[in-house]
Amino acid sequence: MRIKSILLSAAIALACGISQAVTLRVADVGDVMSMDPHSYNETTQLSFTANVYDPLVGRGKDMAVIPMLATQWAQTSPTVWRFDLRKGVKFHDGTPFTADDVVFSFKRAADPGSDMKGYVGPIKEVRKVNDFAVEIETTAPFPILPDTLTAFAIMSKKWCEVNKAERPVDKRKGIENTASFKANGTGPFRLKERDPGTRTVLVRNFGYWDKVDSNVDEVVFTPIGSDATRVAALLSGEIDLMEPVPLQDVERVKASGAHTVLQGPELRTIFLGMDQKRDELLFSSVKGKNPFKDVRVRRAFYQAIDIETIKTRVMRGAATPTALMVGPGVRGFMPDMNKRPPYDPDGAKKLLADAGYPNGFEVGMNCPNDRYVNDAAICQAVAANLARIGVKVNLTAETKNSYFPKILRRDTSFYLLGWTPSTTDAHDALFNLMATPTDKGQGQFNLGSYSNARFDELTQKIQTETDQAKRNEMIREAFKIHQDDFGHIPLHQQALAWGFNKKVSLVQLPNNYMAFKWVVVK
Amino acid sequence: MLAFILRRLAQAAIVMLAVAFIAFMLFQYVGDPVTNLLGQDATPQQRAQLRSDLGLDAPFPLQFAHFVGNAVQGEFGLSLRQGRKVSSLIVERLPATLELSTCAALIALGLGIPMGVFAALRRGTFFSQAMMTLSLLGVSLPTFLIGILLILVFAVTLKWLPSFGRGEVVALGSWTTGVLTLDGLKHLILPSVTLALFQLALIMRLVRSEMLEVLRSDYIRFARARGLPNRLVYFGHALKNTLVPVLTITGLQLGSLIAFAIITEQVFQWPGMGLLFIQAVTFADIPVMAAYLCLISLIFVVINLVVDLLYFAVDPRLRIERAAGAH
Repeated sequence: MRIKSILLSAAIALACGISQAVTLRVADVGDVMSMDPHSYNETTQLSFTANVYDPLVGRGKDMAVIPMLATQWAQTSPTVWRFDLRKGVKFHDGTPFTADDVVFSFKRAADPGSDMKGYVGPIKEVRKVNDFAVEIETTAPFPILPDTLTAFAIMSKKWCEVNKAERPVDKRKGIENTASFKANGTGPFRLKERDPGTRTVLVRNFGYWDKVDSNVDEVVFTPIGSDATRVAALLSGEIDLMEPVPLQDVERVKASGAHTVLQGPELRTIFLGMDQKRDELLFSSVKGKNPFKDVRVRRAFYQAIDIETIKTRVMRGAATPTALMVGPGVRGFMPDMNKRPPYDPDGAKKLLADAGYPNGFEVGMNCPNDRYVNDAAICQAVAANLARIGVKVNLTAETKNSYFPKILRRDTSFYLLGWTPSTTDAHDALFNLMATPTDKGQGQFNLGSYSNARFDELTQKIQTETDQAKRNEMIREAFKIHQDDFGHIPLHQQALAWGFNKKVSLVQLPNNYMAFKWVVVK
Repeated sequence: MLAFILRRLAQAAIVMLAVAFIAFMLFQYVGDPVTNLLGQDATPQQRAQLRSDLGLDAPFPLQFAHFVGNAVQGEFGLSLRQGRKVSSLIVERLPATLELSTCAALIALGLGIPMGVFAALRRGTFFSQAMMTLSLLGVSLPTFLIGILLILVFAVTLKWLPSFGRGEVVALGSWTTGVLTLDGLKHLILPSVTLALFQLALIMRLVRSEMLEVLRSDYIRFARARGLPNRLVYFGHALKNTLVPVLTITGLQLGSLIAFAIITEQVFQWPGMGLLFIQAVTFADIPVMAAYLCLISLIFVVINLVVDLLYFAVDPRLRIERAAGAH
């Protein structure tokens, strides 16, 4: 009898010992498309693979640039940077990490099949200095190189060669690749199991070079596309953490008692753009001229929009109204300039009358309905606001698959777009969204072709200015010009919404990266 | 017989071609995968290059001819979203869908037929009235709503059953199954009930009305006159004759079960072909959509063919007419 009970308690202790392994069950609306960190430039993808692959330079809990595989770096000439590499780091398969891996990873990320070309684009060459130092040469002076390197994952040269994965999967040529379903990084977690569309399992890499503040041994990642099911799975306790919580369910999740929702501002800024180039708008009742060429009309539109009501009604409080085209957390954000001209429908009506449209006019508006949080509802609210000043908006809200090709052809007069600077630097927004379009890629998302010569000049200078104080002054001037011109109508930064069990504590980054190394499960 | 089969196969080929053609026409409107593929940092030149590399800028007839040429060889290309072969994606997802549909069909038949018989025999009683009312709900409530209600009750409130996924699966070669583990079976219950409910209500109502019809016919009256016990009259004579139209409908509905599993799979995040299709639509992943639609039309065509052949086996009159015609 005694022996039996001892055996029993031993068995229980053993069972408990096994069950003490901490598993974090995570659900997201979409799946991670590939395990290859160079194959897709998409947040879910990059966020997940960042747990397996380390970059040279990373981001801390406050988004500040921190050393990862590089211990320190310095600019040795305007176009050359030297990075000292961390010693004693091993890939998950045991291969030591050296400068050869950095040189190799750069070549891989710059391959035609790679989606990370935008990040490594400014780089001309990566040279090995010795086993633990590299030199990176840029084509032009590039002051924010460390920021752009945060999304550039380092892969093992040897592993890629052995597995014939020297190049990213090329969607065009139809070549499948080991790296899309296996992984070998230096990160705090290693890939254990990959079943695309169903579940992906990571386990802790206990040989990680850095101290990790997490007690999570295993992460099970499951995509759950249906919003209602994802919420149900969280409430029923089948998952511990999920993203995003649909806005209408935030209160319900919080009311459950065992769960909470963390809503921090995302880096993405939602804004409206107006065609300021054509002499006659494609979709408008005004013929023979373009009302948007008149700054008074643009200002009238801006001031007719009741941003507070959009925030409280459409976004249920989950938005931060903005007067700038970049949000807090982006380098170059100017808090003191983040003041919107007041909501003023009567003033807007007067401005329209002054511009020669006392009875308003009709204009077509394009809007996605499955890209940003409540995107189509925002457009409807804007249309209702504009109706008050006599502008009749003919709204076309459609799926992103047909919306983006259309607006990229510039077949639009008035549109809604969201933008996260991938470098988390203001220059990215100035260059892509606001500068005059050229055939070199500048202004390629400036779909209404807002144009100001001084603004363009500043944009070019900001790109190469290495003195931070001077650079900030120029960013400030550029923002001022754009605000005075009412070049676009910034609306808000939407909020992230992560729902999780209260026994989980975590860090939410405004770029929506989910770092499991900062997750603790009580 | 052989001529009949060959004729049906030729018709099937035409149907498939028509489906592929219509599907391809629709793809012109689902949008452009290129912006999804390249992300915001790509240049217009890169977009144009990718569009031409993928053959999306070719004229419609050329794209279609290219697709049919490859499809005939069973080659559907590479998924744009996942960068993997469409054929292997479908093979991976097929077992989940078939398991779900089969399970739903078993539930629909196993419960629908007895319930229909009961409702016919005990016409007017409280239970049969209640069943008829509930079946009306089953026919009229949309699948996604039923699914979400079941999740709310059994997963969130009672916490008896899981709300999503397939649970633990066992791989038997390239076939994965969830019916061999307790966890897998638990995961199967809610989705298959959801999917079965409409068919169950349909079969029950069909059996009931057929049964009532048959019970009024002469041979049942004669059977009673012969003094046969009720059990034998109902189950030996009446039910047998009721089942012919039921089996026809069931055969055809099996195809719908597979095709309409899309919604159930979406609600329960069931990793089958339907979910693959939904994901493909939101990404404008044309190769996956095309392959799925062709496969579903193939399944329908095959089921119809089998049902037609079963008629020969089940209904002796057809065979006699054929034989007579041959002379």
